[in-house]
Amino acid sequence: MAAAAMMTLDLLPIGQPARIVAVDWALLAEEEALRLQALGVDAGAKVCVAYRGIFAGRDPIALSVGRMTVALRRAHARAMRVEPIAP
Amino acid sequence: MTAPRSAALVGNPNAGKSALFNALTGARQKIANYPGVTVERKAGRLVLPGGDAVELTDLPGSYGLNATSPDEEVTRRVILGELPGESAPDVLVLVLDAANLEQHLVFAQEVIALGRPSVVALNMVDLAERDGLVIDHLALEQALGVPVVPTVAVRRRGLAELTAAIAAAGERESDPHLAHVTMTERRVTAQAIADAAIVSETARHRLHAKLDKLFLHPWLGPLILFALLFVVFQAVFAGATPFADALEAGIGALTDLVRSSLPPSLVRDLLTEGVLSGVGSVVVFLPQIVILFFFILVMEASGYMARAAFLMDRLMAGVGLSGRSFIPLLSSFACAIPGIMATRSITDPKDRLTTILIAPLMTCSARLPVYAVIIAAFIPNRPVLPGVGLQGLVLLGLYVFGIVAAMLVALVLRRSVTKGAASGFIMELPKYQMPRPGDLLIALWQRAWIFLRRAGTIIFMVTVVLWILLNFPRAGEGENQVDASIAGRIANGLAVVVEPIGFNRDIALSLIPAMAAREVAVSSLATSYAVGAGDDEEQQAKALGERLAADWSLPTALAFLAWFVFAPQCMSTIAVTRRETNGWKWPGFMLAYLFALAYVFAGLTYWTAVWLGL
Repeated sequence: MAAAAMMTLDLLPIGQPARIVAVDWALLAEEEALRLQALGVDAGAKVCVAYRGIFAGRDPIALSVGRMTVALRRAHARAMRVEPIAP
Repeated sequence: MTAPRSAALVGNPNAGKSALFNALTGARQKIANYPGVTVERKAGRLVLPGGDAVELTDLPGSYGLNATSPDEEVTRRVILGELPGESAPDVLVLVLDAANLEQHLVFAQEVIALGRPSVVALNMVDLAERDGLVIDHLALEQALGVPVVPTVAVRRRGLAELTAAIAAAGERESDPHLAHVTMTERRVTAQAIADAAIVSETARHRLHAKLDKLFLHPWLGPLILFALLFVVFQAVFAGATPFADALEAGIGALTDLVRSSLPPSLVRDLLTEGVLSGVGSVVVFLPQIVILFFFILVMEASGYMARAAFLMDRLMAGVGLSGRSFIPLLSSFACAIPGIMATRSITDPKDRLTTILIAPLMTCSARLPVYAVIIAAFIPNRPVLPGVGLQGLVLLGLYVFGIVAAMLVALVLRRSVTKGAASGFIMELPKYQMPRPGDLLIALWQRAWIFLRRAGTIIFMVTVVLWILLNFPRAGEGENQVDASIAGRIANGLAVVVEPIGFNRDIALSLIPAMAAREVAVSSLATSYAVGAGDDEEQQAKALGERLAADWSLPTALAFLAWFVFAPQCMSTIAVTRRETNGWKWPGFMLAYLFALAYVFAGLTYWTAVWLGL
């Protein structure tokens, strides 16, 4: 795939479906990694940024994963590489 | 095969476990704590078709056996039978949300792999159907190897079938291979099982997506949140007044009854002055607490709470906390006790501790009587703007002062005492649901009961001790009882300490009984000024205000207000902090830092006011 198509999840525009390609778990605390995995935020998952916070940095992010919506911070999203996919 | 004696509900958060638990056991539930930890243990009686009864427990919601919070740790240890004093349940009832099957199957597979007798409750099938999902529960049963019963807890559908399945659940072989599957592999299997069991999936008109569009809207969302908070506050402070007045009148009538039916004696005084006035002054807050909890429970059960946490997360992150701290701090405006208890939902221990430590800085309702008396006596009632009076502005200022102080303290604590990695904020935003009145009533009753039980034990004890301190040794002829008492002597010593911040001996004396509950400061000032205004509360407050205005300087009054913004004048808060942190270390720290701040700020206020010539 084209390198330009790869980006981290925190940069994904709202409403753009994407697949998580890889997660750099080393960037996250172990407990956070476990929690994200338990919620299905893991390599291979199809996700979509649904909402962003309103204050500085537009943090946190509400992410659609399957039939769920999961809130996480930008710092977590930065650890995940995503590729946009067709809706 | 013998009938099972115990069963436990297990499942992800938001699977509808509590509703199922209420539907299966009714309102007669026993709430306690698991030994050694502050996680609530909810248990009830479930009668099986054969007439035998099992003890059904509702385990804390969990995403997996790899615990990331104290709640999940309890669930893991109970399921594995590792919690001392708690035997492993005979039957595990896995509660799955039918509308979120592939997610909930991940944890379900992990539990089923243990080989314990298990039953699956495929819950909220009605909501799944609303979302256009049709699920073949027999296919699911085949794939999982355990009985699957479709249920709708809130409509009591499928309960008889579920109970029968629990009674019949038998031993199963554990599959040693299944126990070593990774989370990722389990997720792939979960997806496959869900795909096979879902018969049809039509285009869903997802109501919650539409609601999120409104509640998480960039500027409408916060606006709605603040409007809602305003309504809550209005209801807590204005709506509770008639009920609180009625309670107060009831306690007054009871006091009169005791006074008229018992001969004058120390025992009678202990009952009226000690028990009834002490415990009574706390019980009158029951209406406020019930109203506050009503709103909190509705917000929680409807799924809105998670959105409020989402909206507030960025602001809380600014001081090193997360959106999860928002609700406990909000509750603390009514009373720090439910607030501190609500911190249990915070997964990060450092976050939780910080939230507990700053909760007493939120202006609780017990401070209102104190503020009201002082403001009425010293702040002139003149309008600053049309419709905005100076008195109200000062009251608002005291609230804001507390909030700002709490944020600054959190900032400092997160960089010193509770230092640690920046806390994360990862949480599921559950589907919106209409809260069921029956479930709300049960939860509300449980909260009210916990509060009353505390008033009947801890607060009762403290009140009695204070009464003894104030009444012994007995005064001699022509001597004032308060002066002669142990408390009076302590006040003499205390007066030396608080003199530099502008407090007189009467204030020092009022601070001692105010340790039981802040608002007692008012009644004890009244006592020590010996204002005999009878039982008329308003008259008493007014007369006290006039006396104070004549006796105290304005700097002293302002310093007294500043003191109450910070001072940890509440034994119950200290007691609940001890329980929630499992030791005396943190309540000790809380006492020390709050008293230090109270002293410094009261002093600063006093000397600034004196310097300004007020």
